[in-house]
Amino acid sequence: MNWGSLQAFLDMGGYGLYVWGSYGVAALCIAIELIALKARARRLGARMTESAS
Amino acid sequence: MSTPDIGLGDASVRGEWWLRYAAPQAFFPLAGRLIPYFAILAVVLALCGLYLGFFVAPTDFQQGEAYRIIFLHVPAAWMSMFLYVVMALWGALGFVLNTRLSGMMASSIAPTGALFTFIALWTGALWGKPTWGTWWVWDARLTSELILLFLYVGFIALKASIDDPRRADRAGAVLALVGVVNVPIIYFSVQWWNTLHQGASVSLTRSPSMATTMLWGMLLMALAAWMYSIAVCLARVRVIIREREREMAWMQELGQ
Amino acid sequence: MLAATVGIIERDLRLAFRRKGDVAQVLVFFVIVASLFPLGTGAEPNQLRAMGPGVVWVAALLAALLSLGRLFAADYADGSLEQMLIAAHPLAATVTGKTVAHWLTTGLPLTLLAPLLGVQYDLPPVALGALVASLALGTPVLSLIGAVGAALTLGTRGAAVLLALLVLPLYVPVLVFGAGAVGAALAGLPHGAHLSLLGAFLAFSLAFAPWATCAALRIALD
Repeated sequence: MNWGSLQAFLDMGGYGLYVWGSYGVAALCIAIELIALKARARRLGARMTESAS
Repeated sequence: MSTPDIGLGDASVRGEWWLRYAAPQAFFPLAGRLIPYFAILAVVLALCGLYLGFFVAPTDFQQGEAYRIIFLHVPAAWMSMFLYVVMALWGALGFVLNTRLSGMMASSIAPTGALFTFIALWTGALWGKPTWGTWWVWDARLTSELILLFLYVGFIALKASIDDPRRADRAGAVLALVGVVNVPIIYFSVQWWNTLHQGASVSLTRSPSMATTMLWGMLLMALAAWMYSIAVCLARVRVIIREREREMAWMQELGQ
Repeated sequence: MLAATVGIIERDLRLAFRRKGDVAQVLVFFVIVASLFPLGTGAEPNQLRAMGPGVVWVAALLAALLSLGRLFAADYADGSLEQMLIAAHPLAATVTGKTVAHWLTTGLPLTLLAPLLGVQYDLPPVALGALVASLALGTPVLSLIGAVGAALTLGTRGAAVLLALLVLPLYVPVLVFGAGAVGAALAGLPHGAHLSLLGAFLAFSLAFAPWATCAALRIALD
């Protein structure tokens, strides 16, 4: 275990902004990728039910 | 269900069972079945990698805790380059086998590849700021990553600008192959340019000695990124198949 | 096959001669872009001399890029490109011929005009020599690689910008060593290695680029 407390973990030795800024944006990018893909699939579904009817 | 005829004649008769999956019709359900496994692998590997990276790997002597960005930056950079090569290979396969699926796979990989390139650049900047003082360092690797991003964007833009999907696939394949041949040349050129202009070489990933735990952390995260990429690309190619093949009878049957 | 290539070169040169304005435009663009930089950064002589090689090279690159659009566009529009595709002589000969003609009407004039711009940046004679040599070797590569991009973007929406997006990353090695040669000359260092490497790029692209261009043309005209 490296961290004495949650506070120390979040603080990252003063580099918290950079470390969590990195991991946060990466998580955001992945989330966007997955959401965008789902939206693309949903739009396709809507188009196909539209053309079927 | 009879084997769909993909026009490969002898090959599928001879029993090269895997070739029958070159037909979108056969690949579609296969991809659907595989996605959960890769997704779970990705999550498990990522959790292991992050645990190693944050709770086992010691603090770096020179860079303090800021170095922990490495567990994102290096795997992302590796994946960005790996995915470009895979994308080019799918393009080459499309030329050799003349299969529709190859172009679809290349199209499905590009956005994920671009994503990892962006993450590599972003984390590179956030690592460079506390370490070297500036948000952007004209480090050879970062500059090459930037050019790789341009290559990905160019590929996506070219495919988007051609209406006929088959023509788009083939044009994209040519571009990806030209790109993959040029990437080593570009990297070599930028490397040379960097040593010339930087004096003391400023390398973000140079580390005098890397603790084993750090290496393992990076490796696990890289594997996690790989599993994630496979899962997302399989999911995306399913959407692409639905988009392109929706007129086909088998799609109607599936109720898609 | 050589006769066919020469024939294409002659044809394209004749066509270009009828539209001298196109060639002139490229040169004027070159001069304007190179002249913009001091306006943007200030005219301090040492600073200008330091950035001169890079600026002239980038300007040449952009000028070459602008002219690529018309490499295949006119022939594509009036159907003569399809004729070339099914003609008796190999497409590679046609492509190489057109690329050579393109260089003769773009790269070569740029190379010859470059010393003038180099003087604007107060480059010494040895650097001017390196500038001409590097451009002489580099601009054909720009034409060869550019031809691949021009063929890939034939008839697409927003072709000009897309062409730039596709081709500029591939130009980076030529830029790095081209400007590097002039920079080395400026610093009093030998630049033979840079020119050799540019020569290697030229040989490599001469060997491979026409094939990629042919493939792209066939895809565009299918």
